[in-house]
Amino acid sequence: MPHLWLLICLCLILLLSVLSVFVGVIDLTPMALLQDPEALQLLAVSRLPRTAAAVLTGCSMAVGGQIMQILVRNKFVEPISAGTGQAAALGILLSVLLFPAAGLAVKMSLAAATALLGTLGFLALVQRLPPTEPLLVPLVGLVYGGILGAVMVFIAYQADLIQYIDVWMLGEFSGVMRGRYELLWLAGIAAFVSYLIADQFAILGLGRDMSLSLGLNHRQVMAMGLLCVSVVSALTVVTVGMLPFVGLIIPNLISRQLGDNLRVTLPVTALLGGVFVLGCDILARVVRHPYEVPVGTIFGVLGTLAFLWLIYARPRNA
Amino acid sequence: MIRIRNVSHQIAGQTILQGVDLDIQQGGLTALVGPNGAGKSTLLSLVARLQTLQSGQIEINGQDLQQISHGDLAQMLAILPQVLTSTHRISVQDLVGFGRYPYSLGRLGPKDREIIAEVLQSFELQEIKHRFLDTLSGGQRQRAYTAMAWAQDTEYLLLDEPLNNLDIAASRSLMSRLKSLAAQQGRTIVIVLHDINYAAGYADHIVAMKAGCVVTAGPPQEVVSEAFLRSVFDTDARVIVANDRPLVIV
Repeated sequence: MPHLWLLICLCLILLLSVLSVFVGVIDLTPMALLQDPEALQLLAVSRLPRTAAAVLTGCSMAVGGQIMQILVRNKFVEPISAGTGQAAALGILLSVLLFPAAGLAVKMSLAAATALLGTLGFLALVQRLPPTEPLLVPLVGLVYGGILGAVMVFIAYQADLIQYIDVWMLGEFSGVMRGRYELLWLAGIAAFVSYLIADQFAILGLGRDMSLSLGLNHRQVMAMGLLCVSVVSALTVVTVGMLPFVGLIIPNLISRQLGDNLRVTLPVTALLGGVFVLGCDILARVVRHPYEVPVGTIFGVLGTLAFLWLIYARPRNA
Repeated sequence: MIRIRNVSHQIAGQTILQGVDLDIQQGGLTALVGPNGAGKSTLLSLVARLQTLQSGQIEINGQDLQQISHGDLAQMLAILPQVLTSTHRISVQDLVGFGRYPYSLGRLGPKDREIIAEVLQSFELQEIKHRFLDTLSGGQRQRAYTAMAWAQDTEYLLLDEPLNNLDIAASRSLMSRLKSLAAQQGRTIVIVLHDINYAAGYADHIVAMKAGCVVTAGPPQEVVSEAFLRSVFDTDARVIVANDRPLVIV
């Protein structure tokens, strides 16, 4: 079963990638690639980077969402709406204010650091919630994310940077070009590294006591998870902006269908995330061709439908 | 042998354990009984190092508990906490496989697979090995978790109220399975029990606790009496003897 899913997702990614390369404002045909040097240029500078960015974002955010759900032990949270994303954006804003001359690396490091702090804050809040009320966790996450977001908007307002922060608040891929998305490969690497210790994360999902009994270095695995979630969130927010829903829907869908043994399911989760984001981005490009709809809008529509399905459909039993 | 010496513990300013001295002998089933809040679970979690020891000393096979590494401890001692996750969608087989983590570190070898198959067999989980935990009944889930802890192949197995939420059939079958497996493989099981009759009926030793202290310890035939129930549980109940074991008339 998981192998079939893996195969289907892989095929879909390849198919959508080819499609993505040929969909855009400027017409590009496979024939032109052979004859026209400008077409090749377009491919290398814009279309391929955009495709890669969408796939990398989808893969790493789906994995980040899954890890976050394990850390918090609640299936209804994801980093972008529970404070991690807002904290990352706050970090970028601070770096713009404090070190205006600094390069992307500084921006990104500060964003990752604030994302880490933001996630730690969320974990500390969640630990104080009664375990009998699992739905409080995502609600507290929304409120917490909202407060961090408000702090950011206030600072931006004071510094006259409101228009600037829109870029991170609303994720989309139209600005992606060669030289401006490569950080996302790091997010991909972070997701891959967490796959290497997928067994540890799966055991972490059984709870603190159980994982200690099994000899897991609980603190260390928690720290690795936090790092992965923060890095992935910070990098995606810095390069493409906040894309909600992916980290929530994809892991839940896979959990429903294939279960929570991450060694088996995490690659499928990653690939399906890639398929979803790339598919939505292509839709965003064709819905009002030649204009673009922000991919976040497409997410909103599809994500809501998927979420309703998640809530009302019965899970597979084995 | 597990040696517990002068262990005291406080949580939020409240004394939970008060100078506990206890030796848990190797082999057989030791039942920890006592009224609610006596400190049974806390003692168990201190022995399994789920909580940090505040004062006193605990030794396992002559080694100071604080000096043993995570990995080594997980090969000596397993604990099944009272609250078990029920929403995690892991198949029974994968869960039992997690029990091999201290040895395999995630990469199951041929010996691990052999043990997993054996444990699935002896806990009668073959038929449901592909089912997810969240689709099992309470009894099946408890059995699956116990099988996982069993697959950890440790000399000591600590179980915190495993009979919670189990009906009489599931409770009896779990207890007799544990008793016979422990005898077969020479393992030591320490089990917190609420129902004194299960302790009297299955355990080789009973340790009774009250208000953070160990009150009495010994074989059920010597421990369980009407005077014992009055002093430990503050209740007047008749005790008769059936099948050579004490039985409390409830």
